[in-house]
Amino acid sequence: MLAGDAGAGTALAMRLVVRAAEVLGASRLIPISRAHVDACLYHGEATLDFATRLAEGDTHVAVPTSLNVGLVDLLHPELWRGDAGEAELGTRLMDAYRGLGCRPTFTCAPYQVPGARPSFGEQVAWAESNAIVFCNSVIGARTNRYGDFIDVACAVAGRVPDAGLHRADARRGQLLLRLGANVPTELLGDDSLYPVLGMVLGRRAGAAIAVLDGLPTGLSEDRLKALGAAAASSGSVALFHAVGSTPEAPTLDVAVGSNQPEATEQITLDELQEARRELTSAEGELPLRAVSIGTPHASFDELHRFAGLLGSSRPAPGVELVISTGRDVLEGAEERGIVARLHEAGVEILVDTCSYIAPVLRPGDGAVMTDSAKWAYYAPGNVGAEVVFGSIAECVASAVAGRVVRLPSAWDAA
Amino acid sequence: MNPVATFVGRVLAPGEASGSALRLDEPLSLWGGMDPVTGRLIDAHHPQHGALLTRRVLIMGAARGSSSSSSVLAEAVRAGTAPAAILLGEPELILAVGAAVADELYGLRVPIVVLRSEDLTQIADGAAVTIGEGGGLVRAVRASSEATNTP
Repeated sequence: MLAGDAGAGTALAMRLVVRAAEVLGASRLIPISRAHVDACLYHGEATLDFATRLAEGDTHVAVPTSLNVGLVDLLHPELWRGDAGEAELGTRLMDAYRGLGCRPTFTCAPYQVPGARPSFGEQVAWAESNAIVFCNSVIGARTNRYGDFIDVACAVAGRVPDAGLHRADARRGQLLLRLGANVPTELLGDDSLYPVLGMVLGRRAGAAIAVLDGLPTGLSEDRLKALGAAAASSGSVALFHAVGSTPEAPTLDVAVGSNQPEATEQITLDELQEARRELTSAEGELPLRAVSIGTPHASFDELHRFAGLLGSSRPAPGVELVISTGRDVLEGAEERGIVARLHEAGVEILVDTCSYIAPVLRPGDGAVMTDSAKWAYYAPGNVGAEVVFGSIAECVASAVAGRVVRLPSAWDAA
Repeated sequence: MNPVATFVGRVLAPGEASGSALRLDEPLSLWGGMDPVTGRLIDAHHPQHGALLTRRVLIMGAARGSSSSSSVLAEAVRAGTAPAAILLGEPELILAVGAAVADELYGLRVPIVVLRSEDLTQIADGAAVTIGEGGGLVRAVRASSEATNTP
């Protein structure tokens, strides 16, 4: 492979995998059973140049490989509001990865795609920070924090360096976090706690493996998804354990193994309140121009719940209401009539990309509201949005009212 | 005291470079954190928002965030807006791969070197830094006490 007998592109992939092994200090490679590739999102000519070079010699991925979001919603190209030339380049890159044999899932939540989701203990090479943390933490499959280029290189090689989170001994908790006694119990039942808690987790943990103790057991995948996506934005979190919810943490003892975290850190209510406030970048009373939900891509349950919250209401005139999801989840929602209901209500459904990556929101003055900590974190820098963070119920109520609406919640009592 | 300090590092991406040091007060994800068109730091949450990263020797205790940082680094190298070099306190795969791909595609190198954290703290913001011997040797003007304002 390395010598190029399997083609120049395959040799390039192998050189990158060997480089990764050197960086990670691995002395051998191990086989993987699947991969998730983020390199299909256009970031300039270099990303297309790499795909072209990689394809030389009829390169093909060696394992089933899903694709992360690209620049363009290929199913709804009319939603693109940017430069047509850039859309063309973004589409070419998405096509190039299909040409390597990757499955065109184009979602940041491959764990919601039938057939793309690994099983507990499976060795995989996944990219996309939220997908990595979900794969490791919620599924218990094993991946390191792979990024663009090395993701597809591992997929072509069918192997990864035997290092880091691929090894059982490196997956135990290193840092113990508990909610402080002054955090009201009612807050634990509020969906908007989890992205906020994730922001704090990322900041406290950095790249370390944190164990969250004292949360309700059996947390839903959607709450864990929001928590992990936020933690991977504010920190480099690739794995966390939530005692009683995630598969490698049935108990605190199992979660930490032979590691003995030196101290239990308390997360105070003040810290949570502050992290929640920081997710709102818009200052003062700005008009509401858009509401963006579904980052990471909405699950079927989230689409269903969102449709229920919206009921027979419609977004107010002048407010764009966008929900992002994956094309495979969309297909399931179409079959159950949810998509038709949402379209009828005037909701824009975006697939294959995300509203903080692609120019899809109508430009204009005013704030954009979201229930996603990750969206709130990146959109000000990426697309220049003024952001208001709120719960999903507040997002829906605000879209309908045409202004930012705050509902009574457990945050008030706090 | 000799004002020039010489450190031996672990090379994650080989190359030789020189430039003035830019100490990042907090970890930075290049994706969402650097615009490869302008070379500026665009993460609104970062204390050094707006700083120009082009041709600086970035000093980061730890990297952070997104998988797409490899692409942003390779694109910045292609566009001529990349940092001259990156000095880290711990190994970081995503940046090392970005540099390796830029080297493969364009033959342009951004050395990435890991130094011991006690060595890293001795390089003051604005210090003239030279990375030689393929990346293994880092020479920097030693920080004087009044120039060291980072903890």
